Amino acid sequence: MCPNQERPSEYSSSRRGFLFKLGLALNALGAILVGIPVVGYILAPARRFSSQSWIKLGGVDSFPVGQTRFAQYENPFRVQWDGDSAKVACWVRRVDAQRFQVFAVNCAHLGCPVRWFPQSKLFMCPCHGGVYYEDGSRASGPPPRGLFEYHYEIREGQLWVRGGQLPTLAGQV
Amino acid sequence: MSVIRSVGQWLEERAGLGAAVRPVMEHQVPRSSASWWYVFGSATLTLFMMQIATGICLALVYLPSADQAYDSLLYLNYVAPLGWFLRAVHFWGSNAMVAVMTLHLIQVFLFGAHKYPREMTWVVGVFLFLCTLGMAFTGQVLRWDQDAYWGLGIAASIAGRSPVIGESVVQILLGGPIIAGRTLTRFFAVHVFIVPGLLIALVGLHLFLVLRLGINEWPMPGRLVDRRTYRQRYEEEVHKDGVPFFPDAARKDMVAAGVVILVVVLLAVIFGPFGPGGVPDPTIIDTAPKPDFYFLALYAVFALLPPWTETMLLLLGPPLAILVLFLVPFIAGTGEKSWKRRPVAVLSVILIVLIVTTLAGLGVVVPWSPHMEAWSATPTPVRYVRGRTPLQLQGALVIQDKQCRNCHSLGGEGGKRGPALDGVATRLTSDQLVRQVLQGGGNMPAYGKNLMPAEVNALVAFMETLRPANEAPARPAAKVPPVSR
Repeated sequence: MCPNQERPSEYSSSRRGFLFKLGLALNALGAILVGIPVVGYILAPARRFSSQSWIKLGGVDSFPVGQTRFAQYENPFRVQWDGDSAKVACWVRRVDAQRFQVFAVNCAHLGCPVRWFPQSKLFMCPCHGGVYYEDGSRASGPPPRGLFEYHYEIREGQLWVRGGQLPTLAGQV
Repeated sequence: MSVIRSVGQWLEERAGLGAAVRPVMEHQVPRSSASWWYVFGSATLTLFMMQIATGICLALVYLPSADQAYDSLLYLNYVAPLGWFLRAVHFWGSNAMVAVMTLHLIQVFLFGAHKYPREMTWVVGVFLFLCTLGMAFTGQVLRWDQDAYWGLGIAASIAGRSPVIGESVVQILLGGPIIAGRTLTRFFAVHVFIVPGLLIALVGLHLFLVLRLGINEWPMPGRLVDRRTYRQRYEEEVHKDGVPFFPDAARKDMVAAGVVILVVVLLAVIFGPFGPGGVPDPTIIDTAPKPDFYFLALYAVFALLPPWTETMLLLLGPPLAILVLFLVPFIAGTGEKSWKRRPVAVLSVILIVLIVTTLAGLGVVVPWSPHMEAWSATPTPVRYVRGRTPLQLQGALVIQDKQCRNCHSLGGEGGKRGPALDGVATRLTSDQLVRQVLQGGGNMPAYGKNLMPAEVNALVAFMETLRPANEAPARPAAKVPPVSR
């Protein structure tokens, strides 16, 4: 630095000081303009866009009264490259002619897939030993509640359920 | 040779790398640190470099797309030349990295290397440890099979237990409402860009701190760490009795790194790549998901915690454990360094290692899980059906047909969730058996609605025969004869 030029301590009142501050301000502005969209982009899936939709499971007649049957559907919020992972499984119990219970396949403990055993009328989970009765209520093991249950409707002989997201204790089907 | 030397000189004149690196390589370290106990850190770094190399190779072929990832893994295993080998090295390398890093952590702790002035080195090391476990979990997700899919389900279910923000956390984690394409791309970005970037930066900082503060000297009992005198004494020791890091200390590091790589290559060649397991189709529910070994202990904890403590412990336990790990050098940052005079430290290590390995062992056996196929695939031991009445035989059928054996073993075969039924007649009277079957209790569901009275009769008639010939059947408490007789 030439000795006869302004010293750095005089930045505040000088042209250089202005440039320095301008540089800071422009970079801060840039950080905000890019940073906020980046954070928003990463957190976007948390927006409470409605991940619920009515889904047709099949004709009512394909579920015999008194039985619990396996059913599956395609997640309505799928993207093209989801492949098999867009498929969702559930258990449909037909209580009588008009009443159904549709359970998510995911154990209420930690989400593993429960299996139905018609002989003992129990759902059993392979992960940590959760067991549920045929009406979905907790029978034993670590689950804090019964199986997650879908809302359903019967429209023109078809069974419809409302679903679209992975059921957890925070957000049910 | 002279050509090489002149090229070297030409490069050195311009780049000056040798002049920059030589002082680092040859800096003086305490003679006592040139030990076989000090090789785990460099061995971990070597494994990390190998993971980067093999990981990049895998990324040349792997497709992080939910509909094609599985096929690209099969392509790597069976079609791409040497793809199987690179997958195997990457898998066994990741296992080795977690294992060797854990040894490094334990060694550093037992040698008091976390104490003044190396607290920050420890803190950065804990970050490295967490990042490595993060790599292990996200890597398991990229192996897009049934275990990966349901492992994500477990992660999401844990996240979903957090109060208020649970649903948002789940969706941010999964990148959408379900485990699918957007989940895999998220974990891909985390596994190949975010965490490796963090790891490289943190490894740099870790090494910088090691160079700046010097390698921990061999701890001598009675030589206490004092903030006022430690650094001066360390400098004196290095000055008086130091050796150059390269080659005096580095040769043991080099041997250890070579051995570790050779072991990984050997494991890769013998055992080959791991998985992918079943097709990641969520409608195939005949699956028993299991995590890789580093998370088996955690997986076991999930089954063994009392349900009412679970949400609290799942959410607070890991952060608290991590916090304690971070705080170690601030809780005990001075004083005795030698493990010989730190009984609490030694016992803590032994206790933690025992707990984790025991839980992991249980995670392999999974005694809490029903054996889903036992009822149809496991025969009734012949000795339990020979000479039985038709009613009792009918009861043996009920035991099979009602899936009792998914949780109760007979002759050692069947589930371990409930007590074995061999000898059950010595513990419970027929009335107690009826009550237990109909009402359940303990961990047993009630079967009252699912069994007809005739089935209960037959079942109990059979169970009453299940006792060793030389042991008396259980008797009702009221009729137990007085002890004096």
